[in-house]
Amino acid sequence: MMEALELLTNTSLWAAVLRIATPLIFGVLGALLCERAGVLNLGIEGIMTMGAMTGWLTVYMGGDLWTGLMVAALSGALIGLLHAILTVPLGLSQHVSGLGITLFASALAYYLYRLLVVVGDLPPTIEPFRPLDVPLLSGIPVLGPILFAQTAPTYLALISVAAMAYVLTRTPLGLAIRMTGENPHAVEAQGLNPILIRIGAVVAGSALMAIGGAFLTTAAFNSFFPEMVQGRGWISIALVVFASWRPGKALIGALLFAFFDAYQLRLQTVIEGVPYQLFLMAPYVLSILALVLVARRAEVPEALMAPYRRGER
Amino acid sequence: MRLERRTRVPLTLVVVAPITAIAVALTLAAGLIAAAGVNPMTAYGEMLRGAFGSRLSLTETLTRATPLILTGLAAAVAFRARLWNIGGEGQFYMGALVTAWVGHSLGLPPVIGIAVLLAFGMAAGAVLLAGPAYLRLRFGVDEVVTTLLLNFIVILFVGLMVEGPLRDPLAFGWPSSVPVDGDFRLPDLIARTRLHVGFLIAIAAAGVVWVVLSRTVFGAETRAVGLSPSAAAFAGVSLPRNLMGVALFSGALAGLAGSMEVLGVTAAVTTTMSPGFGYAGIVVAMLAALHPAGVVFAAVFVATVFVGADAMSRATGVPSFIADVIVALCLLTMLVALLFTTYRVRK
Repeated sequence: MMEALELLTNTSLWAAVLRIATPLIFGVLGALLCERAGVLNLGIEGIMTMGAMTGWLTVYMGGDLWTGLMVAALSGALIGLLHAILTVPLGLSQHVSGLGITLFASALAYYLYRLLVVVGDLPPTIEPFRPLDVPLLSGIPVLGPILFAQTAPTYLALISVAAMAYVLTRTPLGLAIRMTGENPHAVEAQGLNPILIRIGAVVAGSALMAIGGAFLTTAAFNSFFPEMVQGRGWISIALVVFASWRPGKALIGALLFAFFDAYQLRLQTVIEGVPYQLFLMAPYVLSILALVLVARRAEVPEALMAPYRRGER
Repeated sequence: MRLERRTRVPLTLVVVAPITAIAVALTLAAGLIAAAGVNPMTAYGEMLRGAFGSRLSLTETLTRATPLILTGLAAAVAFRARLWNIGGEGQFYMGALVTAWVGHSLGLPPVIGIAVLLAFGMAAGAVLLAGPAYLRLRFGVDEVVTTLLLNFIVILFVGLMVEGPLRDPLAFGWPSSVPVDGDFRLPDLIARTRLHVGFLIAIAAAGVVWVVLSRTVFGAETRAVGLSPSAAAFAGVSLPRNLMGVALFSGALAGLAGSMEVLGVTAAVTTTMSPGFGYAGIVVAMLAALHPAGVVFAAVFVATVFVGADAMSRATGVPSFIADVIVALCLLTMLVALLFTTYRVRK
């Protein structure tokens, strides 16, 4: 028991929390942006897989790490565009389209990986992002290694939270996006095009999701392998509800989730006699519990999942 | 140009839509096959041969179609009532696990034993989906996320069981549960193949689903709820009761798939026994436009792609993931095709 508590004083645990939270932050921000404009994007799991693959592949083929993230974002945006076309102008079921996108994007990522990369006994690796080691600041005891020795994409994720919060709540663009998710008819009445706003939000949101996937292969690990996203996309969808569609709360949710994930990994080493699968289950169980706790109070965007057709109520 | 809802759907469209969708998906996938340096026509020829070329491959395709019929029915039943059951994979594994668990030490005569084990598998799947349905009714939790997350939880639970209490000490390599009693294995339909009577049970299940959906009060209520929940409620349908009924029905079908896979094919439960039967069931249901009879044909088609792609991959070197790409593309193209069966374009 004491050992379990002692783990909490370990700086490597808290550094791991930020690292584990990073892909979730990108994922949850992306999903949040889509949903704020009124489109549920269940393609997230596949888009993250695709981003993980294309980001890694770019670096493997000789590109630098930032180019890798850009290519990942671009691949995510393209798949997002497909989801947007199917669900916004065509108004097809967002559930079914999203699942189709997930199946398609993951299958395509695996197929292209097998086609373009020769895999031996072990998957090939790249040189991933290194921890930054901010001069002076990373030398601060305790806080230094936690806050100032992360890889660059982690800081990008944190900046993205602030940027998303600012854009959504403080700019005309953000107002238009939120209004499209609440009442697209009112947007139309303002002379704006809700269809274009939705497409744009889904494309941009999908690009963010893909960067989250690429973090896995270019910073957290250094190779790509099937099933590596492991439900992080679905968890992001749950976190959006938990966060009540707000970027700030989304960050808290991602950090909370990452804390439990990092903690259960370390608990496995000190608590004996408990099957490791129970620890691995904990994050998924907690996600469901979190949903149960907040679902009733959730402020769902009014027009989420309602397709917009001109002249149709 | 705008879309206008059709008042009635012509029967030809119902048949033409999936065929067009499949043709478009195969054409798109041909580009990917060509990118692998293989002539798409050669590859598709190899796929057909691999799926139907011999007695063995044909029975293998039908064996693969068996669980897909049931997971397809599970998705069709749920989607008709707008219950987004994405947990077919988890319900499949739960059915398989409980069947293997009980089937190891059940002191009953063979035929009764098999019936009891299938019932246990169905109950396991039904209970697993009843959870998310309850959470939606009681707390308003969206079932998409809960059923998806339960898939991960259940597969971890299966891993826990086969590495722990149910571990087969004689199995080497991947951990597996102790096999079910030989008396309870489903008999082969054709000797010296893996095709078992479960295939007929699955087709019978499609018949049962069809009768329930079209000839019972429950079916009529479900259809009404799927078209308009508020109108159905106004007409006196109890939405919570109907939703729970749909959940139990859908979960039981997916659980039956896992149960029969154990009794008919694998004899034991492992964490890798399903190559995504639950997820593929969603594609099957959509290709069938959620119709039980269509599910049987769609399941055979999807099984053809999977079994054929394995053989084609061995013959040509095209990665077998092409099967997953084709199946996913079919889902997307079918979704668009369905738009044209319910709407028509007006100038």
